[in-house]
Amino acid sequence: MPQSPLTTIAALTQRIPDGALLAVPADYAGVAMTATRALLHRGIKDLHLVCLPVGGVQTDLLIGAGAIRTLETAAVTLGEFGAAPRFVEAVRQGAIRLKDATCPAIHAAFQAAEKGIPFIPLRGILGSDLITHRDDWKVIDNPFAADDPIVVLPAIRPDFVLFHALKADRFGNVWIGHHRELMTLAHAAKETLVTVEEIVDDNLLADEVVAAGVIPSLYVTALAEAEHGAWPLAMPGAYDIDEVALKAYVEAAQTETGFRRILHDWLRETEVAAA
Amino acid sequence: MTGEMHARVPSVAGANSKELLISVIAGLLQGCRHVAVGASSPIPGAGALLAQNLSGGEMRVSVLGSRRNNFFTDGGVELFDCAAQGRIDAFFLGGGEIDGHANINLVGVGGYPQSAVRWPGCFGSAYLYLLVPRVILFREEHSRRVLVDKVSFISAAGPAGDKIYRPGGPHALLTNMALFSFDKTRRRFRLDSIHPGHSLEEVLDNTGFAFDRPEAVPQTPLPDAERLARIRGPIRESIGETYPRFAASVFPIPA
Repeated sequence: MPQSPLTTIAALTQRIPDGALLAVPADYAGVAMTATRALLHRGIKDLHLVCLPVGGVQTDLLIGAGAIRTLETAAVTLGEFGAAPRFVEAVRQGAIRLKDATCPAIHAAFQAAEKGIPFIPLRGILGSDLITHRDDWKVIDNPFAADDPIVVLPAIRPDFVLFHALKADRFGNVWIGHHRELMTLAHAAKETLVTVEEIVDDNLLADEVVAAGVIPSLYVTALAEAEHGAWPLAMPGAYDIDEVALKAYVEAAQTETGFRRILHDWLRETEVAAA
Repeated sequence: MTGEMHARVPSVAGANSKELLISVIAGLLQGCRHVAVGASSPIPGAGALLAQNLSGGEMRVSVLGSRRNNFFTDGGVELFDCAAQGRIDAFFLGGGEIDGHANINLVGVGGYPQSAVRWPGCFGSAYLYLLVPRVILFREEHSRRVLVDKVSFISAAGPAGDKIYRPGGPHALLTNMALFSFDKTRRRFRLDSIHPGHSLEEVLDNTGFAFDRPEAVPQTPLPDAERLARIRGPIRESIGETYPRFAASVFPIPA
């Protein structure tokens, strides 16, 4: 029996070195916010962050803290809370290297990685200025038909993928339900790091119905329990978004000083300090 | 980018201005088998749910962010795969800038990549615009800042007369002032109707691109009493599941 990936948040986040290519899911799929704060507490820097397919408060926090060198995403937004203030400012200052993309292109690039192929063709995109600015995207002729230019995208094989899920078992199997992009990420990444609300005793692969929504431990490098680990974001099935905290973030992060203050507050959270 | 949803909603002859937009959108979706609605789009969402209601349940509507009106089970990629296969007939896109050739900009203005004004990003627009047959451009703000002669950055390209694979494209442009259709051959918008309370002069003053128009531009029809009852009843209830604050602020009569 292989060793269980079960560990602590500190040990899990220690695996990610400065300069790593890190992939993370969008807010709706489970964002590992406690682990992100642990990374920031450590002062991580020079990350190449890829959002599948868009970033939110996690991305804005990492940018504001100066942890990101390169950002690949289809968008960064705080949704109904407004624009992502540190992202907007960093773009204005030219402080990060931008690889603007479109949602399905990022999905497809990870799907190429999970198949172990070097690139993948995708419809659409032609005529967009995205192609002009992405020198790693190419337009080729469909080799199977005449007069059919098509975009090809290089696979994205992340060093690490980091996300938060509802539960895992003590063997390292992680339940993701219908958030299938998490499965794709785990398949694509060299290392999959997962925090969960709860570790359960029963083997999640034992029940056929449950197993359909489970990432098997084969892909899971490290797993740690983090109760309320998506806070201030929602964890579908466990808790809603913390509107008060997000409003406070958006207001504070309008200025560099305000951002530093709220970052300081958020990093003082007990579970991060303990990690 | 649909914005300003919590502002005070002016009333136009029984229906308020948001209810008018919802009703117009439902009309644009007539005959669709499957309509998808993206994130942060309460008015398109309500319009699609109204179209579904009027279709007697024939139409499928996928509202991203909804639990009840979203039957995707294959993660975020499924919408895009569906679109490329022709399984989605209509979708909505906005734009910080929209130009006369129906190019849209969701990235920003004042340079790229170091933009003086940066918006969230392209989302799925660059892809869906070429693949979904009936894309409805929806932006409430009708101004020369938004409706420009030429966008600063093409997030998603309007029809360019080239021979690329493009089963999709712009079908209409709806603002808080008027409704345009798009002629893909002429590569121009055509003013179809002006909403009650607005004038042709106002539309001309606030549109930064040239467009076609009939000699007499009709007024956008208000929803009749029966349709208004549906909007304030089942549609209010249904869209409220995904957008509770929107539903509470827009519909004056509780269901």
